[in-house]
Amino acid sequence: MSTQVQMPTVAAVALRAVDKTFGAGGSKQAAAVTALTGIDLKVAPGEFVSLIGPSGCGKSTLMRLVADLEQPSAGTIEVFGKTAHQARLDQDYGIAFQAAGLLPWRTVRANIELPLEVHGVGRPERRARAEELLEMVGLADFAGHRPDQLSGGMQQRVAIARALAERPRLLLMDEPFGALDEMTRERMQDELVDLSAQTGCAVIFVTHSIPEAVYLSNRVVVMSPRPGRVSAIVPIALGERTEGTREDTTFFAAVTAVREALRAPDRQGVEPR
Amino acid sequence: MTVAIFVRRVLTPVIFGVLLLVVWQLFVDLRDIPGYLLPSPTAIGTQLRENLEDILASARASGANALIGLIAGIVLAVIAAVVAAWVPLVERLLTPMASAVSAMPIVALAPVLSIMFSATSDLPRRIVVAIVAFFPVFVTTVRGLTRIDPVHAELMRSYAAGGWDLTRVIRLPGAVPYLFTGIRVASSLAVISAVVAEYFGGLQNGLGSRITSAASNTAYARAWAYVVAAIGLGLVFYLASLGAERLATRGRAPSST
Repeated sequence: MSTQVQMPTVAAVALRAVDKTFGAGGSKQAAAVTALTGIDLKVAPGEFVSLIGPSGCGKSTLMRLVADLEQPSAGTIEVFGKTAHQARLDQDYGIAFQAAGLLPWRTVRANIELPLEVHGVGRPERRARAEELLEMVGLADFAGHRPDQLSGGMQQRVAIARALAERPRLLLMDEPFGALDEMTRERMQDELVDLSAQTGCAVIFVTHSIPEAVYLSNRVVVMSPRPGRVSAIVPIALGERTEGTREDTTFFAAVTAVREALRAPDRQGVEPR
Repeated sequence: MTVAIFVRRVLTPVIFGVLLLVVWQLFVDLRDIPGYLLPSPTAIGTQLRENLEDILASARASGANALIGLIAGIVLAVIAAVVAAWVPLVERLLTPMASAVSAMPIVALAPVLSIMFSATSDLPRRIVVAIVAFFPVFVTTVRGLTRIDPVHAELMRSYAAGGWDLTRVIRLPGAVPYLFTGIRVASSLAVISAVVAEYFGGLQNGLGSRITSAASNTAYARAWAYVVAAIGLGLVFYLASLGAERLATRGRAPSST
């Protein structure tokens, strides 16, 4: 399908010594807040990496830096060997947020076509791609529906289909299943595993849920707050995900490993106030 | 279920209205109230029947004034709102001005405009209507255009979309429910201001002029018949704009305001 020259040696995402400070040099009353410090992280093409950690550890900020929605205060960010800015202009990534963020006045199909429309793709081609994606996320029968006629899980599926519209090689997801009930959530996780295998795109997935991170990922990046940094990286080797995976002992072992990494005594300590 | 809704929504107010008319009629008949103080509903009804042709012609004239003024006001308000949403400076200049204009009593403006233009022109009334209709449409449309869901804004940024794309894809369609809310408010005001503007001289063809001339001839029942027509005209405008709003916001959560 894609005719780009693949260079397997180039990482999908490479962060080197990245710092992010909010409010520095800005307003006088607000003290500068260090959101992230000393982040080094590489994501290989096709790799699924989850970012997990307590609130305020900067995991969403880290994803937003990769998306070029925020600029780093120091360090470099490369996406497929380019600057994050260039990667955004080239539409190298697709993105999905916790809120599906569908346009309520558009049909499901027109929502999926949105990025293609913005980039001037012709109508027949747009239509064909939308049909393909609707099929992929199992919503072919809902093409003409409006978003508020769909359940939360279905809306999120539309958002994911929209993120995949440009056939990106990188998918950025900020707690996309955070607002869903547990049953829907697990079904969506299964679908996402299939989707990322089908499309072969790398995924950076921000989540609060340990089992979710473990089930989905090749590696789980554990982060800790104040200041936000990577405290551990847990590789996950579960092989192909099947119905039994969530009940498997290796799954529980991996969950335990991530949980312990999250609990590990904070080496830098929390300064008393 | 549907019967219960019909009873509550339609039947109850209708029965109440009929009861009110009956009480009114009995009050006038039994207490022998003179017609110049309060004409009875049947007297007003008789006048309505006898003058139906002229009443409809007057209602058409007032309706035309209200409609043309309303459309002019909406068009100007939308253009102003788009510019104001685009250039913050314009918004800061126009909003206080629009508020000032809206605070200006039409009763004061109408006679002045009537003198400015010749007495054979419908224009002064339509200008009054346009000025009155401008404000609610401008305010709601600016609000609709400037209020963006942050997720939509981020999404468009991730698409590296330009300012025009953001306007075309997000701002304009997002402002539609707000625009129609403004139009609904403006359409009621349009009829009121058209009728009021007709009080103050000029052409003798609208409901407002008919009401004043009937009243000055002590034909109070006839004056009331024209008032009934004005109420009907206001309802037509309100229902039409409500219908347009429903149509434009199908499948969306109802907008506030």
